[in-house]
Order: sequence, then structure tokens, then C-alpha cells
Amino acid sequence: MMNSDTTPLLQVKNLHKYFPIRTGFFRKTVGNVRAVDDVSFFVNEGETLGLVGESGCGKTTTSRCILRAMAPTSGEMLFRTQEGQTVDLAKLDRRELRPLRPQMQMIFQDPYGSLNPRMTLFDIVGEPLLVNGMTNRKEREERVAELLRLVGMRPEYMQRFPHAFSGGQRQRIGIARALSVNPRLVVADEPVSALDVSVQAQILNLMLDLQKRLNLTYLFVAHNLSVVKHICDRVAVMYVGKLVEMADTEELYHSPKHPYTAALMAAVPVADPRINSGNVELKGEVPSPAHPPSGCYFHPRCEFVMDACRTETPVLREITSNHFVACHRADELKLPGIA
Amino acid sequence: MAENFQVEETLVSQLVSKAEERVSVASNWQLVWWRFRKNRLAIISSMVLVLFYVIVLVPDFFSTQDPEATEAFLAFIPMQGISFFDSSGFNLSVPAVVGKRNPVTLRMEWKIDETKVPIRLFVQGYKYKVLGLFETDLHLIGPTDPKSADWLYLFGTDRMGRDQWSRMMFGTRTSMTVGLVAVALSVIFGVLLGGISGYFGGWPDMIIQRLIELLQSLPTIPIWLAMTAALPQDWRPDQVFFAITIILAFIGWTTLAREVRGRFLSLREEDFVLAADLAGCSRFRIITRHMVPAFMSHIIATSTLAIPVMIINETSLSYLGLGIRPPAISWGVLLQEAQNIQTVAQAPWLLLPCVAVILSVLAFNLVGDGLRDAADPYGH
Amino acid sequence: MNTQIQPLLSVRDLKTYFMMDEGVVKAVDGVTFDVNSGQVFGIVGESGCGKSVTMKAVLRIVEPPGKIVHGEILLNCKTKDGDCQVVDLAQLDANGAQMRSIRGAEIALIPQEPMSSFSPVHTIGDQIIEAIMLHQPVNKREARQIALQMLKDVGIPMPEQRLDEYSWQLSGGLRQRAIIAMALSCNPRLLIADEPTTAVDVTTQAQVLRLLRNLQQQRNAAIIFITHDLGVIAQMASYVMVMYLGLVVEQGPVDDIFHAPKHPYTQALLRSIPSVNSTPRVELPTISGSIPHPFNKPKGCPFHPRCVKSMPGKCDVRTPALLPVGEKQWVSCFLYHDSEAAA
Repeated sequence: MMNSDTTPLLQVKNLHKYFPIRTGFFRKTVGNVRAVDDVSFFVNEGETLGLVGESGCGKTTTSRCILRAMAPTSGEMLFRTQEGQTVDLAKLDRRELRPLRPQMQMIFQDPYGSLNPRMTLFDIVGEPLLVNGMTNRKEREERVAELLRLVGMRPEYMQRFPHAFSGGQRQRIGIARALSVNPRLVVADEPVSALDVSVQAQILNLMLDLQKRLNLTYLFVAHNLSVVKHICDRVAVMYVGKLVEMADTEELYHSPKHPYTAALMAAVPVADPRINSGNVELKGEVPSPAHPPSGCYFHPRCEFVMDACRTETPVLREITSNHFVACHRADELKLPGIA
Repeated sequence: MAENFQVEETLVSQLVSKAEERVSVASNWQLVWWRFRKNRLAIISSMVLVLFYVIVLVPDFFSTQDPEATEAFLAFIPMQGISFFDSSGFNLSVPAVVGKRNPVTLRMEWKIDETKVPIRLFVQGYKYKVLGLFETDLHLIGPTDPKSADWLYLFGTDRMGRDQWSRMMFGTRTSMTVGLVAVALSVIFGVLLGGISGYFGGWPDMIIQRLIELLQSLPTIPIWLAMTAALPQDWRPDQVFFAITIILAFIGWTTLAREVRGRFLSLREEDFVLAADLAGCSRFRIITRHMVPAFMSHIIATSTLAIPVMIINETSLSYLGLGIRPPAISWGVLLQEAQNIQTVAQAPWLLLPCVAVILSVLAFNLVGDGLRDAADPYGH
Repeated sequence: MNTQIQPLLSVRDLKTYFMMDEGVVKAVDGVTFDVNSGQVFGIVGESGCGKSVTMKAVLRIVEPPGKIVHGEILLNCKTKDGDCQVVDLAQLDANGAQMRSIRGAEIALIPQEPMSSFSPVHTIGDQIIEAIMLHQPVNKREARQIALQMLKDVGIPMPEQRLDEYSWQLSGGLRQRAIIAMALSCNPRLLIADEPTTAVDVTTQAQVLRLLRNLQQQRNAAIIFITHDLGVIAQMASYVMVMYLGLVVEQGPVDDIFHAPKHPYTQALLRSIPSVNSTPRVELPTISGSIPHPFNKPKGCPFHPRCVKSMPGKCDVRTPALLPVGEKQWVSCFLYHDSEAAA
């Protein structure tokens, strides 16, 4: 658990991902969907960074850019490799990326779509091993058995197909697959959103346990603020492609500094009838990333809006120790937290 | 903590029955087969198709005469119905045919007689080679006395005295094979080009799609006519056969390519494909191991449904004299004999190849539907 | 159950089974509850618990091979003269005129997926007007006025313009409001909301819940609120019913359910959800095992294989009945009584 190197494992700087909107016979680009719009953050080794936001905020696109499932439009993604080098993932081509792939893996949201229904568990969990050099079948069988045991499944299930398993079990299989190549960074894209409530806790416990055992670093993408509070060390909040706030979990939930964060937290209904929550009336709708408002993207819905907000886009800056906000009025506002 | 998980699995395993165990290790094909089995019509149709393809393999075994032996004397002999029983029990026999020359037209007219000609199964007949490998003279059915003067014309004869039953057997071989080979070629073309189109996108996609649109906008019948008419007249029947097959496949691959492309496009976005990419799988592995198997069952079902279309296409072309030509035999060629109304009125048994076409097309359609329902029970 | 005031809806021992090739799925296996006028009644449970099928049974829209095989669904209807008459919906023909006049007018549904609940080829206005004209003796112009008022009531900006728009032109939040407008257009006394906020964002969810609360108070309509989200139930419902595998395991006022749960499943469920107030990065107490497949329903109490307080010999053999414990809470658990459920 000791970090010998204090450089963050992953540093994202000024990440942009635009999807061009093309119309007409000649497919002229008339505009851009600004899915990720100048996002910067860092993740330290061994910690869990939560990336939260509502639909269209760009958190899933960010996570896919980091893993190079798609190429970013611009920006840097500095990753500290196993060998101690720092590489910019954004600049590598497919061939250069390949040896780095085992070091960063993903856990998917949909337990039904993330496993090939025509492959056995052995094939699914063993495939990353196979394509990364473990061609001996016996060796793979042993490793797959070990991985299945690690995620709480019986090794005998290796011969079964995904259709025999429940959502929670499939998610475990997905986790086993992600861990098969000993990654250092695991991007979890809403890993418990599609599961039943009673199963969510099992998977969260499993993820916490594995993190301790294997010194994993998680980028936890989610929209459920209770889950995020439970599992993350630090949290970053996104809104329409921009990062609006980032801080340690306790600090963020206790004293948010961005009006959107405060509104988001206040909107979460608490499972206690004696606490009145979820009552906040945040007017308006989330703007489309293709036509964001001018200045601060949140200004049309913000109750603290002033003139500068309409014209100048706020920059993410450090307000207090390790607490970053992108708001013109962050110093003066006293916003209520929820914990 | 590990014990916590062990507890879960023990509880779960207690509730798992043997049947569930079988299902959980069943691969996709096994599941498809189990679902297919429940469809009675599809099973019966499959058996019919199996019978047809056995005929394709050894048509000689099923024939009673040499299909090309002509004898003007024996023209238009009517069908001889098989009687299964006679006074002394189970004895196969057919009524004899007696011919009389019509004094006015000077043609032979044949009528069914009272006398019975005994026949039986597995008799000796003319010699032939099975699949070009070994020689035998065993036939399914024939007269008990191989040297008897009466012959067996189960489906009658045509205007040149050729036995229709035997010709049907050989026609089956040609027609069923053309359909199968043409579809196989279409599948290869379609999957290849559709896959490139769908997986790579961009310029390859554009070019291939425009090509497909071009081909699909051409009127098919004139194209066929043009292409078959362009075939040299002096080509041997089997060369013509080969050429016809390729021509049929040439038009047929476009629909399949479109479907394959659509499937590839949607599969590209699937999480398990992304997971394979992130694991470091090569593009080739992703296509062959993840994407192709995902739609293979659908392709097979669609192809099975495309075969009857090819059969009808070939039959139509040959019927019009533009496809397979005599002396090669196919159902279409056989039906050519039934082109004029007087012939049909005189010898209606010449239309029997229609029954064969209908049976095979129906059987393929039922099997194809059954496969499609079994492979995609929820139609996703 | 409140026996003094006549309940608006009274479901008695409802059983809805699905006859599949592989066997019978007992989706709802003996469910009893009452909903009073103006009450927000929450039904909470995980997948396979039967909450959606219960709702569909009440509306008589259970798809074949599902069938109501037992039980009564007693609705307190207003007849034309203004009298109250009790009708057993289970006995009516699902496609008959009487059921169709009840569906939409007396009981309305707010479905889960607003996108697929609107026809994409008709405008919103057309669909709401159609619903209004089906149940009320008004002409098209009057119906349009009513529809306009409905859109205003649910807080849709520029309602005159929206009436002539298509569902795909509206954002998720507005679509959900439009669906609510359509459901309320005929002034139903009972609204069934089937996971109305599962498919929307947190901030939109807050808006929709607030809207439902306001409308419910204004019109004194009863709402049956079906969800798996315990937070939403805690904020919306006044009375909660917890279901598991087709049976009711516990029922009671919302405060009792959350602060004094009796059934081991309810207790375990409440403990296992992460909350913003709980200690972070600490293991959550989980319910061991997973929800069994509907074909593999355990014998006896459906929860016993996963229950830490299960009593062998009792819980795995007999199914407990739903009986009162305390003043207003009902539980089906042998820890509190010994009566078996009727078969």
C-alpha cells in the first residue's frame, strides 16, 4: 500500500473530446458535440476517484478516452507505467498502446452486454491472458480458477456459459476478467447501477476488498451519490462536459462550493422518512452539449448567477487544500452540504 | 470474507437441479438445437430435406432406367400407380401398360392394363458408380424379373420416351445443388464485403454500399437473361451449370451484405467487443471470435431461407430455356416439356416436377423459419 | 389495514401465475393490501418480487401466458349518480367496456419509460386529447382546453406550443411531465406510478417527485408508487409494502418500516444500502446469496435460504401468513407468529 512514487498514477490535462455534427451531402461539419470540454484531474495510486454527473455530462466519454477506446480530440493523459515511465496515452498509436493495455482495464455497467454469450467463463476470463502471452492452457486454467475464487465464484463454473448466471454473478465475472492481467488502473463505469439493491452491496464490498489486496486504483464513474460517497476517496463532479468541482469525499459532501454540486446533493432522496430531502427545485433542464450556454454552462439554472457568469467561463482553481472549484463566486458562497 | 462468498455459492448450488446444470454448460448451438427440436413442422421438413439430399448424392440408386435413354416408341406412357397389396398379402406391383398404335395418327397410345407386374425393393438394374468411387447395380425399386419385357415407369414417360421418375431423380440433383452452391457463394461474398463495410466504415463502407445500391437497382430478370444469353453455346452442360450458379450468386449477395453490415455496426458498440479490444485482442480476433459468431446463427437461418428463392430462380431460367440446357437435367428443364397446353392435356404427369419444386421450397422455408425462431427467440 | 374508512382499492389474496412451457411462474402468490383515498402507497422490492405484475393485474393488462388465478381486486367506483359502488376488477373482462372505462378514468398509469409510452407519430396534444375524449363527454375544442390546462398544471413551459409537438422533441424531464399530464387528464382517483423516476437523472427526479407530491395533494388522488429505490419511497410514501418473490413480507406506515422494520429481509435490505450518512469505505452488511430464479422458488418462506434468522424445520417447510404485529404493521414471518398462509 505504500506509494514509493508520489506522482499521480494518472494525470489528465485539458482533455477535449468533440464529436463533429455533419450535415449535407458533402458531410460538412456544422458544429460539435462538446462531450468533454477541457477536463483536468489526477488520480493517485491506490485511491478511488469518483466521477459523478448526470446524463450528458461526459463522464463515460472521459473514461473511454482514458482507456483509448476512442481517441481524444486534444489534451494529455499522462500515465505512470509499471516501469516508472510517464507516457501520454493520447499520443500513442494502436501499436504502441498494446503493451500498455494490461495495465488499465475496465469494468462495465451492463452485466448482460459485457460478456460474450457464446464463450464459456474460461474463455472470457482467460482471453486477456491468452492474447497477452499465456498460451499454455493448463496455466490459464489455473489462473482463471484463482481469479474466480478471488471474486467469490466457484472454479468449477469455468465451463459454464454466462446465461447460467445472475446479474451480480456476471458482474463478478467481468471483474475477474478485468483483473486477469494485473492492471494498475481500473475504470469502473457504473458497475452497480444495473444491479438489484441487495446485490450492489456485495459488489461494492468485493471491489473494496480487491482494492486493498491488489493495490488497485479505481476511477469510479457513477451517478448515484450514495454509492460514490461510500466507495470513493475523492470525487470530481462534471456538468455538460466540464469539471465543476473536485475534492476529498468528506469535504465535498460536507461543504460543496459549486452551486451545481450543492443542488445535486440536495436532490438525492435519503432513505429516511424523518429527513426531508430531495426537495430542491433546480429549475430548467440540462443543456445539450452541442449548444452549451455562454460563459459558465450552469448560469441559466444557478440561483447565485451574476453578470460575469454569463460571459466568462470560470476556470478550475484550488480554493482550499485539495478542493478545486470552477465558479466565480466560490469564495463567497456558503452552500449547504448533506453529511 | 472469503467464507462469505463460499456461503453464497453453497446455497446457490443446493438449489440447482440437474436440468439446470445441463443448461448452464450448454453452448449456444446446443440451446438453438433444443429450441429447434420443439418445432415439429421444422423437424419433419428437415427430414424431407435430408431425403432430397440423399437423392442428390446417389440419384442412380433411386432411378429405374437410364434417364437419357430415348425411345420414341415409348412416348407418353402414363403413370403406373403402385399397389401395395394383392390377393396373397403384401406384394408390390404395378399395372402393366399395353400399347396400341392409333391407326389415324400412327402414334403409340398406351393404356393401363389389368395384368400386374410384380416389383420389389432393392433390385438389380443398370450399372452405375456411386459418387464416382465404386460400381454397383443396386437400385431402390424395380421389376422382380430384371429381364422381363415390361418396364417400370412410375412417373410415366415424356414425348421422347424417357422415364420421368429417373429424370426427376437427376433433376433433383441439379436443382438442389445449384440452390445450395449459389447461396454458399452469396454468403461468402456477403459476409466478407458486409463485414469490411461494417467494421471499417469510412471509404470501404461508402464504396461497397454504392456498389450494392447499383447492383440492387439493376432489374434482375433482364440481367440474368443477358448473362445467360452471353454464355457460349458450345459449353458443356456442367460448365453452364457452374456459370448459372455464379450468376445467381452474383445478384444474391447484396441483401446479405447489408444485413451483415448492420449487424457489425451494432456489434461494434457492444461492451464485450470493447472489452476484447481493451484486453489487447487483434482486430482479426475480434472479428472472428466475437463478432462473426454473434450473428452466425442468424446468417444460417437467413441463408436457408434464400435457398428456395435460388431454386425457383434456376427453375424459371431453365424453364425459359435460358438456364441449364438439355441434355442436362433439372426441374426447369423437365418442365420445359410441359410448356404447351396440348402436351399437358395429353400427359399431365409431365407437371410432376412442380410438386418437387413446391415440396423442396416449402421444406426449406419451414426449416429456415424454425432455425430463425430457434436462434433468435426474442427477435433481437 | 384501515377498516374504518372504506378503502379506495382493496386487493385480497391476489395470485397471478404465468403458464410457461418450462413450468408455472408464480409471479404474484397471495398479495393483500388496501389503498385509501388520497394516500401515497409505496410498493418496494427487487427484481422478481412481483410488484410490476401486481400493478398490471390491477389494471388488467397482464400479458398472456399470465393469468389472474385467484383473488379479488375491489375498486370503489363512483357511478354516474355519484354513488359509491364496489367492483371486483378481477372478475371483469380485461378488454370489456367496463374495464376500459375504468382504465384511464378511474385508475391511470404513469409508466417507467416516457419515450416508449408516447406514440412517435402523433403529437402529444393528439394523444392527450384522445384520452380525454374517451372518458369525458366533451368535444375536441373543449378537450384541447383541458389538455392545455393539464400541461400548465404539470409545469411545462409554453404549453400551447408543446401540445403540437412530438414526444421526441421534448427532453426526458418534459416527457415525463407530459406523461403525468396525460395520466391526470381524466382526474383519476388512483394513480399507479411504475418506477416513474428510474430512467431520469437525479435533478429531474427531484422535479418529478415534487410535482407528483403537489398534484397528489391538490387533487387528493391516491398514488401507488412502485420502485426499488428506498430513498424515493422514504420521501414519497406514507404507507409502504415490501415484496419478495411474489409475496408481501411486510407492510406498514413508512416510519415504522424504516425505523422499526420487523421482517429480516427488510432489516437486511435497509442495512445494505449505502447512504450519504453511513461510514464510507467500510464493508456494507450484505444479504448472502442472490434472488432465486422464479422456477426455483424455495419451499416454505421464500426468503429462508438467505435469512440469518431462519428456523430449520419451520421456515423451510411452511409459508408464513401476513398478520398484524403491533398497531399498524403487518409481517409474514414465523418469528412473530405461527400461522401459515392459505395455500
